[in-house]
Amino acid sequence: MASKPRIKVPKSASAGEVITIKTLISHEMESGQRKDKEGNPIPRRIINKFTCTFEGELVFECDLDPAISANPYFEFNAKVPASGTFEFTWLDDDGSVYTAEAPIEVK
Amino acid sequence: MQLTRRNVLGLTAGAAAFAIAGGRISPAMASAEEAEKMVMEFAGGAMPAEGKITLTAPEIAENGNTVPVSISVDSAMEGDDLVESVIIFADGNPSPAVATFHFTEMSGEALATTRMRLAKTQNVIAVAKMKDGSFYMDKKQVKVTIGGCGG
Repeated sequence: MASKPRIKVPKSASAGEVITIKTLISHEMESGQRKDKEGNPIPRRIINKFTCTFEGELVFECDLDPAISANPYFEFNAKVPASGTFEFTWLDDDGSVYTAEAPIEVK
Repeated sequence: MQLTRRNVLGLTAGAAAFAIAGGRISPAMASAEEAEKMVMEFAGGAMPAEGKITLTAPEIAENGNTVPVSISVDSAMEGDDLVESVIIFADGNPSPAVATFHFTEMSGEALATTRMRLAKTQNVIAVAKMKDGSFYMDKKQVKVTIGGCGG
């Protein structure tokens, strides 16, 4: 259901620099509050957790509730100690896991 | 008053209208209290102090489906001066919890932006939990005009 995530990470940074990361993933984030045409509640199905790590070390994490808009967007900061890769993970209520990666080079 | 057919119909219609109105109002009230309870629970039983944390949200949101919200906490993000987590509540939504952010020293700055849903005009509350065990909060009212006519 969710399509390829979009991520914005600078290509390079200086050592110890704090950079801004932006992520967006397509997901309808069904809140569980809506009803279909017959009046039956539509079951909840959202992304409930987003995690960003750098070379396996936790940078930023978010627990999502149904009040997060469709296509969840996050903007946050990260410290860059050295060249490496940022890993991103989205966990879906149905057990699906969506992942992405973005490398960064320290000059 | 005589119990005629017309009177009975009028009475039941009035009672039904009252029941519907009551039913619509009470969940919102419960939610505001629920939000306060959740804030207290998160902050370990006391209302957090104001300051340090800044919540940024539009004063008027034309579309309640996607309202930008940012938080930023004044912190060195090193040693004991670290923000562990920030929780966001919306006190007029069917369920007040919106999101919980977790930060580490690797975050560099305690700063985050996302987009949320707001059912109606209400208060948005952000509470920061610091590593030293203190809590700070900020609150903003967001006016929601679904339909986007700016009314």
